[in-house]
Amino acid sequence: MKKIALFAMIAMVAMSCNNDDDNSSTPVNVDFLFTHNWDGSAIENSDFEVIQYTNAHGEELSLSKLVYLISDITFTNANGDVYDAGDYNLVNVREETNLMFTPNIQVPPGDYTVSFTFGFDDEDNIDGVYQDLNSADGGWNVPMMLGGGYHYMRMEGKFIDNTAAEVGYAYHAIRAADASTTPITLQDTSFEVNLGTVTIANNTEIEVKMNVAEWYDNPHEWDLNILHTVLMPNFDAQVMMSENGATVFSKGAVTQN
Amino acid sequence: MRLTIIAILVSLTIISCSTGGDGGDPYEATPSPLVIPQLFQDKLIDPVIPADNPQTVEGIALGRKLFFDPILSGDGTQSCSTCHNPENAFTDPRQFSVGIDGSIGTRNSMPIFNVAWNFNELFFWDGRATSVEDQAFGPVVNPVEMKNTWPNAVASLQADSEYPDLFLAAFGTSTIDSTMVTKAIAQFERTLISANSKFDKYTRGEVELTPSELNGLNVFLDEGRGDCFHCHGNPNSPLWTDNIFHNNGLDASFTDRGRGMVTGDPREFGQFKSPSLRNLAYTAPYMHDGRFATLEEVINHYSEGLVYSETIDPLMKTVSAGGVHLTEQDKADLKAFLLSLSDPSFISNPDFQDPN
Repeated sequence: MKKIALFAMIAMVAMSCNNDDDNSSTPVNVDFLFTHNWDGSAIENSDFEVIQYTNAHGEELSLSKLVYLISDITFTNANGDVYDAGDYNLVNVREETNLMFTPNIQVPPGDYTVSFTFGFDDEDNIDGVYQDLNSADGGWNVPMMLGGGYHYMRMEGKFIDNTAAEVGYAYHAIRAADASTTPITLQDTSFEVNLGTVTIANNTEIEVKMNVAEWYDNPHEWDLNILHTVLMPNFDAQVMMSENGATVFSKGAVTQN
Repeated sequence: MRLTIIAILVSLTIISCSTGGDGGDPYEATPSPLVIPQLFQDKLIDPVIPADNPQTVEGIALGRKLFFDPILSGDGTQSCSTCHNPENAFTDPRQFSVGIDGSIGTRNSMPIFNVAWNFNELFFWDGRATSVEDQAFGPVVNPVEMKNTWPNAVASLQADSEYPDLFLAAFGTSTIDSTMVTKAIAQFERTLISANSKFDKYTRGEVELTPSELNGLNVFLDEGRGDCFHCHGNPNSPLWTDNIFHNNGLDASFTDRGRGMVTGDPREFGQFKSPSLRNLAYTAPYMHDGRFATLEEVINHYSEGLVYSETIDPLMKTVSAGGVHLTEQDKADLKAFLLSLSDPSFISNPDFQDPN
């Protein structure tokens, strides 16, 4: 009896410590690690508030805040099967929160095209309904006068302007809104980021790299002297941000630990 | 050997299943969960209630009595409410509070409401306290405030004819310590909820705003005019603060380093926590050092009085010109909107008054 009890308890302990089932078809979670760089130079907390970057237009600048929203991480296999948890993640680079994100969905191991949405698309960009985003950062919301919904990104800092003065900038990305029309003109400026094909196995971690310099280049060379503040109600600026965003993200290391 | 292994495994199992009790029946006071306003339920995540200090009827009542009782001060003359008066939304109408020996502080007393929704749990203008309980430890022993020692404060409570029984009812022991004192005060402070301003009623569809208040809201939310909302919330984030630290362009150099004095990080010199804009009708003077006596002065500061310093927040616009220069009409309307965030029912709530 003692032997049986001992065996049973050891087995229970062993089971509780075991990793996920090794069955190759068992759906698995996938981790995403968000990393940030300026043309390859890693951006860490200590890099904030230091005027050390030069954008494509030639302005020297610092970062004081970099917070952004991604949503709808999606896995699509060769058969066209789509796995999408439909959740979202608010990354705060300076505070180093939510740099690691595990979508609330499991996918069978295999090869997938992996993508996500920068910001919220119109389907998800519903005013005021996300309590955690209403509570984050003093409210991640966009005022109703600009169509409501949520910020996609708040990038802030200072730059040296063309008079050699240090000036604050607020590169805030939202759904483009033109409030001068009746009714207000809105354009979904969230965009899909395609990370390409990834082989998903047990304990897969995918690095998503943001090259911050690309927000200021390709296709639009960004002149902070002109576009450094009051960008939320600037419809054309929002469209340009969205278009520049196309080259900001890339797939980094994929590890199977 | 086998018996040893079995014993270890059984112990591990028991430990893993334990609820953390000390073997006896833990005392449980009468639960009294926070009554969360519907607006907060709809818009915000849950308030922060520490697992080791749940809200109870007895704890809240004890905390309320302690809050208004001068017994905690060194000479028995000052209570928490001396500098956190309910009539003033639990702040002090004086620029700087005066301690028991006449010492004068260097910062304006902070108002107290909705503290359970301070999600990053940093309290005081500089965030040096990391919980409501932690905050309550400070003033009792601060030499320019209540100037007591905790052993002395606890001894006074222990010798009192009522307090030992009240602690027994709240925490299951009549042997008082400072931790229980601060827990009780924190429980009371978490009940100080303000969510019934005119603007709250407008949000609930119960009243209309005036045209002036509506334009003021637009000024508040307009990135090109007030742009107040990036630090002070919005109708979907009805705390009206981000509880984050900013340098809002008050001074070119700092006599008070604020958040930076706590963290030692030069990037945070001159930063102070954004206060909530609720109850401004009762919380003058304004800013961390109470330098502005009126809301007009506050609005004028942001409109044309901004001063550059190295850590000034990037959201402070057109600093070289002092600010965005709001029109007089926009200033007046902004003030009207800000006052709509004041909550008369909060300062008159009988549950928040002196019970002693």
